[in-house]
Amino acid sequence: MTPADALPRKRQKFLPTLFRTTAFKLTAAYLVIFALFAAFALGYVAWNAQRLLTDQIRSTIDAEIQGLAEQQRQGGIRRLANIIERRSRAPGASLYLVTTPVGERIAGNVEAIPPGTLDQTGESEIEYARTSEAIDRPSHALVRVYLLPAGFRLLVGRDLEERERLGTVIRRAAGWSLALVFVLGCFASWFVARRVLKRIDGMTETAHGIMAGDLKGRLAITGTGDELDRLALNLNAMLDRIGELMAGMQQVTDNIAHDLKTPLTRLRNRAEEALRTAQSPDELRAALDGAIEEADNLIRVFNALLMIARLEAGRASENMGELDLSEIVSGLAELYEPLAEEAGLALTCEVAPGLKIQGNRELIGQALNNLIDNALKYGAPEQGGDGSVAVSARQVGDQVELSVADHGAGIPEVDRGRVLDRFVRLDASRSKPGFGLGLSLVAGVVRLHGGQLRLEDNAPGLRVVILLPAGNPKPVDTPALAEPAASTAAPNPAGLPSL
Amino acid sequence: MRLLIVEDDAEAAAYLTKAFREVGHVADHAADGLEGYAMAEGGGYDVLVVDRMLPRLDGLSLIRSLREQKDDTPALILSALAQVDDRVKGLRAGGDDYLPKPYAFSELLARVEVLARRRGAPASEPTTYRVGELVLDRLAHRVTRAGQEIVLQPREFRLLEYLMKHAGQVVTRTMLLENVWDYHFDPQTNVIDVHVSRLRAKVDKGFEQPMIHTIRGAGYMVRDTR
Repeated sequence: MTPADALPRKRQKFLPTLFRTTAFKLTAAYLVIFALFAAFALGYVAWNAQRLLTDQIRSTIDAEIQGLAEQQRQGGIRRLANIIERRSRAPGASLYLVTTPVGERIAGNVEAIPPGTLDQTGESEIEYARTSEAIDRPSHALVRVYLLPAGFRLLVGRDLEERERLGTVIRRAAGWSLALVFVLGCFASWFVARRVLKRIDGMTETAHGIMAGDLKGRLAITGTGDELDRLALNLNAMLDRIGELMAGMQQVTDNIAHDLKTPLTRLRNRAEEALRTAQSPDELRAALDGAIEEADNLIRVFNALLMIARLEAGRASENMGELDLSEIVSGLAELYEPLAEEAGLALTCEVAPGLKIQGNRELIGQALNNLIDNALKYGAPEQGGDGSVAVSARQVGDQVELSVADHGAGIPEVDRGRVLDRFVRLDASRSKPGFGLGLSLVAGVVRLHGGQLRLEDNAPGLRVVILLPAGNPKPVDTPALAEPAASTAAPNPAGLPSL
Repeated sequence: MRLLIVEDDAEAAAYLTKAFREVGHVADHAADGLEGYAMAEGGGYDVLVVDRMLPRLDGLSLIRSLREQKDDTPALILSALAQVDDRVKGLRAGGDDYLPKPYAFSELLARVEVLARRRGAPASEPTTYRVGELVLDRLAHRVTRAGQEIVLQPREFRLLEYLMKHAGQVVTRTMLLENVWDYHFDPQTNVIDVHVSRLRAKVDKGFEQPMIHTIRGAGYMVRDTR
């Protein structure tokens, strides 16, 4: 196809597209409505004007008939005939005809009228001719037949030419104005539709570009603030968000690839080394044990990643119900207490009884488990000596505050946002076992439960605070919150009302 | 023990049947849900090991259909879906236990053996467990060994109770976490080991023969070695 015939084809395609636009259809509809309205208005004016003219003609005829009848009464038929003969000669005169009772013409200026017109008195519209030459092209007139005494008949009428001319003028005006409305309307709709279509085509083109992979493309904003601009602004905001998500996903994928490759490499190296150097079955067995352990760690990482992904997608929330948070917290503290003791840390637990939240027991348990696990791993004082980890839960207004605090190295303020990301491990903790997923998971669980997560300075150490919406809006007893029942990892009489 | 393994992955199925036969069990294999249902309906199995995602009839539907036929053969569900909700769905469908893939064979074996034993056990549990000279009275909450009372914390008591209920069987750490603490998440540390070693210190201290044994690579077992 040469460029020369490409253009007309595009034209051909362009016009039907134009007719299909909303702007064109709307304009066309307005055009029809406006034309109908104009036609109605003009018709009304014409009808009224005609009626007014007819009334005027009628009253003129009536007045003349009365005058002539009066003359006849005073001067008889002869005088009437004279007057009529005289009046008939005047230019632009009315129509006159006086006949004998048998219909013979006495005087008048009408040559031909339809037969039988004179038989009936009263008003009618007839065709007539003034002269015998004009019989072929008769004119219209409004006439009135009046019965004079002694059976003479008097016909008085007026030509309707004037009225007809008015009608013609109005009809022509209507025609012209309708034609004008139509032409202007067509032009306007074409113009509006083309303008809108042009912008929509621009948007479509940008969208095609984005679909083809150019994620940086954005829709043009004209700055008029009209509906298309607002749409474009919103779509641009959506594209920004998608771009952010894509970038985030890319980063996560890179992280996952890197952090899973490390243990996989270790696993592979071990197996290879065992093949190369192991001499005895015992050595091979030890190598295989090590390999299984590495594999188990990898499975753990996978599970944690899947769980975080699910949490971030806002799922895993099917099994939400009312939970006794006090029972979960004191139960976990009890579970970890021997481990803490072994690590040389005192685990204390202050839990207000009967705290209720809406949530998933496994997820909340996993989150708290991760926090306590972290506190035991990193919570030993840097200068040595006896450390302590404090777990507490209490009601604050319509929220439940859950906190795990230690006196370890803590997290520098600059890193506090970062540690919630996947696979982030601070340099100080690299020597300890772990994958840097624990806090990400906690953050995911908290977000899913509609809560807030705060990392605070415990001076020294780290205090992780979780605020969750309370499950029972009315706390049973607020004063008890000021002095939470202290217990050291002993099972709490969960579910008892606070005293 | 007669086992039916319903698993569509041929390699995994071959591995499982071989492993179960090695430890002395009889293991049959069905490659899809319908075949598994037909074989299970024939009866005679002590435990069903059912993969969750199967061709023709999925694992959950298989178990649900069996339960509707009043067949209560214990069933363990194997699944690649390891999320909390999935486990709950599996148990709701009539499964007796749920093990996410990938799993350690020792874990699967321990769970299957517990399920098989539970089937043969009387409906009501005895009020006292006795393993050699170790006696646990569930009603009086008292533990004695060779007539000598051992004072235990409530949780230690429940730990020992579970171990003694399954005396002679391997009990894994995950099983303890699930059944004694009712937690179904991954603690990532050796929390259970510390609890068991505390319990062991109280139960086995001063006696020549240990009652609580560590089974390498699997878990723990209470057994009278004399």
